[in-house]
Amino acid sequence: MTTVADTRPQHSAPGTVTRDSIDRRIKLFNATCAGVLIAFALLWLVPIAWTIDTAFKPNAETTNPTWAIHDPTLASFRTLLAQGDIWNWYASSFIISTASAAGTVLTASMAAFALSRMRFRFRWVVFWFILIGIMIPHQALIVPQFREVSAMHLLNTYLAVILPQIPLAIAVFIFKQFFDGVPRDLDEAARVDGAGFFRTYWRVVMPLSRPVVSAVAIFTFVWSWNNLLWPLLVLSNPKLMTIPVGIATVQGSYGIRYADTMAFAILGALPLVLLFIFFQRRIVEGIAGTGLKG
Amino acid sequence: MTTTTAEDLATTRTPTQDAVRGEHQAGHARPALLLMAPFLILYVLFIIGPSIYMIVMSFFNGSLVQSGLGPFAGFRNYAEALGNPAFWASMWHTLWFTILTTPPLVVLAFVFALLGDRVRRGRWFFRLAFFLPYILPSAVMALIWMWLYTPEIGLLGRVVAAFGFPEPSWLGNPNLAMWSLAFATVWWTLGFNFVLYLAGLQDIPRELYEAASIDGAGPWQQIRKITIPMLARTTSLVVVLQIIASLKVFDQMYIMTSGGPNFSTRPVLEYVYDVGFTDFRVGYAAAVSTLFFILVLAVSGVWVFLTRHQEQGL
Repeated sequence: MTTVADTRPQHSAPGTVTRDSIDRRIKLFNATCAGVLIAFALLWLVPIAWTIDTAFKPNAETTNPTWAIHDPTLASFRTLLAQGDIWNWYASSFIISTASAAGTVLTASMAAFALSRMRFRFRWVVFWFILIGIMIPHQALIVPQFREVSAMHLLNTYLAVILPQIPLAIAVFIFKQFFDGVPRDLDEAARVDGAGFFRTYWRVVMPLSRPVVSAVAIFTFVWSWNNLLWPLLVLSNPKLMTIPVGIATVQGSYGIRYADTMAFAILGALPLVLLFIFFQRRIVEGIAGTGLKG
Repeated sequence: MTTTTAEDLATTRTPTQDAVRGEHQAGHARPALLLMAPFLILYVLFIIGPSIYMIVMSFFNGSLVQSGLGPFAGFRNYAEALGNPAFWASMWHTLWFTILTTPPLVVLAFVFALLGDRVRRGRWFFRLAFFLPYILPSAVMALIWMWLYTPEIGLLGRVVAAFGFPEPSWLGNPNLAMWSLAFATVWWTLGFNFVLYLAGLQDIPRELYEAASIDGAGPWQQIRKITIPMLARTTSLVVVLQIIASLKVFDQMYIMTSGGPNFSTRPVLEYVYDVGFTDFRVGYAAAVSTLFFILVLAVSGVWVFLTRHQEQGL
């Protein structure tokens, strides 16, 4: 599965002795690197493997800490899925995360388009005004946000979670940076053909920006799905809770039903794990591309 | 995720640079405002507004169960926070957590990425192993580690026992609990830094290594003389993003220890949560939030300044 990088140039001329010994040293070094890394990667997978292992045991068997399962069973999964609460939580998480991601992508990309393409007075004021937002830790705002949302009578609604998650300043900069790199000839051609700004944004620039759109969408989706503190504060109705809030709220009541707890962990993580496996390349390129450009 | 791209600040051209040339065009203002309006309205309503409201609130003795700001308090909330050992303890726990997690999360991610860079095939496997935990919700990560840390039957206790040591009380011992939380967090979030470093490594031209190799530089020398200096920018990014992320810690403590035992792991955000939402003292909670806000702002401000400075220097 893992082979070692060959750092030699393709057509290495009959090298000198030193050259060959260096090459050999590098080869050995690379092999050692691969070995060490595989060991660590396996170590990193142990907690997940143990979680899966536990989830397929009967609850009674979990007190016996061995990898072997005497009596493998799906009972824990069945119990959880039959209880019904988890379906509500899935629904909440899906609705909230999808709406937050869509909201962020739309509002941030429109604002970024204006900042990237349009010449208007006070543009730099708006730019810096949004720039400040990148440095603001949203978690510090829970107290005033809570009062605000409560004054709006939004407590225990999806909107209470969705609305504050949408204005993500960093997303504006990711989009702006990308739009700045999209050739202007295209949208200027569209403008000459009589398309308005909104049409240019929606029909020309957005379709050219698929990689960044999907990167921002995936990240805001995952971030919203995993958010705990804010939904914990504004959703106290068990029917409306998101997966993390649900887990945090009921985990204490599981007591020593460790197999159930681990099945719960697996079910809670499953949608995101699937998303990750599906979009692995996109996600990794998203971090690399937007995180470290320049 | 919020943090991924703060680097953009450094690389995006500020409008000032091209707007200096002056031309704002007639007919752009209205559509521009319309396009920016949805974002700006939500941004002012839920980010800027609350930030200002928080600062105002911190000068009053408000209560969560009553509307309105409550009686004016001046700087008394700040004085109380700064004189309160519970506040300083929570600040210290947040800081201590940051100190415990940042070095391993940076160094290990760097080392793993360095090793990964030398392996050409099967990279998906390493990405999967290291990045998969990062994708887990904090609550799921907490469930997994609480199970691993379970006394008597938890896997970690078994491993320690197998080596013949007495099993420590991972989360129950006030001196050890923070280390256990930090350990779990390193496992959880290392993948993000790993991916950032991998990307940084890929940007280093291969020819540099080949040239060095021709000049007789061994692998160790190549790392010291090429890789580490070329990754300086990535490292400063990773370090600052990590510090900011660690300062915001809340979830792990809330679920795994509830800030205990005996408040020994309660971070400042949980302190805000407790005084604001359990004691209903929103004025005081706002003052503590403001202090935390300033701390995080200062760290990211220093970094923005540094990267901008670097940019201009280049």
